[in-house]
Amino acid sequence: MSEHVITPVKTYVFVFVGLLVGTLATVLVSGLDLGWANNIVAMTIAILKALAVLYFFMELRHSTRMTALTAIAGFFWLVLMLLMIMMDYWSRHAIVLPVPGK
Amino acid sequence: MASSPLVDRHGHDVHGGHSGRRHPAHQFDTMEQQKESSTLGMWLFLVTEIMFFGGLFVAYLVYRTMYPAAFAAASSTLNVPLGALNTAVLICSSLTMALAIRSAQVNSRKGAVLFLLLTMLLGSTFLVVKGFEYADKFREHHVPGATFNFALENAHATAVTQAADPDFQRHAQIFFSLYFIMTGIHATHMIIGLGILAVLVFYTRRGKFDSEYYNPLEMTGLYWHFVDIVWIFLFPLLYLLGAHLHG
Repeated sequence: MSEHVITPVKTYVFVFVGLLVGTLATVLVSGLDLGWANNIVAMTIAILKALAVLYFFMELRHSTRMTALTAIAGFFWLVLMLLMIMMDYWSRHAIVLPVPGK
Repeated sequence: MASSPLVDRHGHDVHGGHSGRRHPAHQFDTMEQQKESSTLGMWLFLVTEIMFFGGLFVAYLVYRTMYPAAFAAASSTLNVPLGALNTAVLICSSLTMALAIRSAQVNSRKGAVLFLLLTMLLGSTFLVVKGFEYADKFREHHVPGATFNFALENAHATAVTQAADPDFQRHAQIFFSLYFIMTGIHATHMIIGLGILAVLVFYTRRGKFDSEYYNPLEMTGLYWHFVDIVWIFLFPLLYLLGAHLHG
């Protein structure tokens, strides 16, 4: 399918500039002390940049569904691993049950 | 096999017309099927890479959750301008890699060789900058091991946090261990990528690839872009975590 689709240079350059802008933005924001929001901003920008690379540079937009499903499954399992493990560590010290009779 | 009608999904006779020069390997019916197989196989490999790096990211997250102060203080000693420069260099190399594949798609052999060489140049630049950063860390005794010493210098960032964390040195060492393992394995992937690119330059110059067959270029591109994505996450997690502590 993809052999008939040749991406214009313009598209690649556009994505490239977007990635540079994202890098600049994440560096600038990191200098501010936003508390927990620093992480959210940094990871949001990183995920957007990664999606741009996956979609345009890695040509997932022209790939077959089988290939797209494989890629999505890979990241899905990564998210599962991250969430399942971090659910434990993030909550381990947070739950303090009241002791009956005290 | 040779007499079977080979028609791709667009209804074109694969062996007819101007596209009859290239033939797929014998186990494939069409060039297109051959390419899809390569792409799927490469993605399956990349899924194993996602899990490989994923394990390290989980280790990083767990320890960072446990020792947030030591991690932020240790992170603040990394060189953000050099890290940002390297991020830009890698993004540039992804662009040149994509353009190398595009050159093959439009039958520009010279263009493909040029962009592959540019990709190699940018990849090498990344490694050289990384080398300077590593050298700094060795000089500053921030490399985990017998001579590791973090708390004495960088007193500004550590003064507040050290009181709250008696094992501050050990916990900062965990950050630097993860830093060297993650960036080291990333750099190893880059070195392997450079080797593959060198082979591709050789074959591209000899005219092995054109608009009908450039699978090795495209698969290497997938690998190279994936390594770029890993860095896109390593940069904020390692370099920018403590950037707001710079005073």
